Amino acid sequence: MSRKPVDIGDPDRLYTVTGGRSTADDAFDLVTLIVSECEPTAGMQSEHTRILTMCRHPTALVEISAELGLPITVVRILLGDLHAMGKVSARHPRAAESVASLPETALLQEVLHGLRNL
Amino acid sequence: MGSATSELPVQRTPLGDAAETGLKIVVVGGFGVGKTTLVRSVSEIRPLNTEEVMTQAGQGVDETVGVERKTTTTVAFDFGRISLNQRMVLYLFGAPGQERFWFLWDRLFSGTLGAIVLVDTRRMEDSWYAIDRLEHHRTPFVVAVNRFDDDERPHSLDEIRQALALGDHVPMVDCDARVRSSGKDVLITLVDHLYAMALSQEGTS
Repeated sequence: MSRKPVDIGDPDRLYTVTGGRSTADDAFDLVTLIVSECEPTAGMQSEHTRILTMCRHPTALVEISAELGLPITVVRILLGDLHAMGKVSARHPRAAESVASLPETALLQEVLHGLRNL
Repeated sequence: MGSATSELPVQRTPLGDAAETGLKIVVVGGFGVGKTTLVRSVSEIRPLNTEEVMTQAGQGVDETVGVERKTTTTVAFDFGRISLNQRMVLYLFGAPGQERFWFLWDRLFSGTLGAIVLVDTRRMEDSWYAIDRLEHHRTPFVVAVNRFDDDERPHSLDEIRQALALGDHVPMVDCDARVRSSGKDVLITLVDHLYAMALSQEGTS
């Protein structure tokens, strides 16, 4: 897992949100779908509360980032915490059994099918 | 044709609970070429906007050095969403083609299915760099020419192919980014291309 430095334009806010951290691993892809495993509880950090509320239905990391108005890296840090505490689960791209076993051509056929039905 | 699109949180449209795999396609092109328009025309949600920040210097090298003196760069991009079926959801990203963006490519767009280079023939030079970078990252792509009404001397696709020094293997397509069916055709052109590539690879392995 590679760790990369990142600067945030508004360091005070970042420090509050992430407890001073400014690096995130890349375990969560932009389109990793996050699902809450529990309801928010009183006293929880407000960003955690919002994520748990949003992710009652599967929600991509990038949608969480847009909704919270926080950079991708910050959301990766927050999700890392929630995931470590078992409060969310992650559906990584192409990790699901029904997809992982598909050859590339079969996957792309499904994509084509979906697009043609738009 | 601004790209700041998520002003206020509106009612979100959540995915179905069976959604289990997210896929990515990236639209790259110069400022004002119609990336957001294209994303909007095919997306099932109003395009959203987000950003990533990076340090200009010492990426991955000087992690222990204080960050105060480094230049920070923000790269904003927008995206839309297409539910392909109950399990698969495609995210379409509109990304700026300028130089600093490519530093973030691996962190944001590794694993992307492919890319669409959106070209404005009045500013063809904006596309060269994007094409060069995509080739560098070995990301398969197609070129879509967004036809603007006020283009007084429209170039043919062949002329554009020559101007961009594109090989014959790169599919090109005309489009009107404002029109949903046209945007859909561009996506299908890309995935058809990816399919043909995957098929020939499976044939040789």
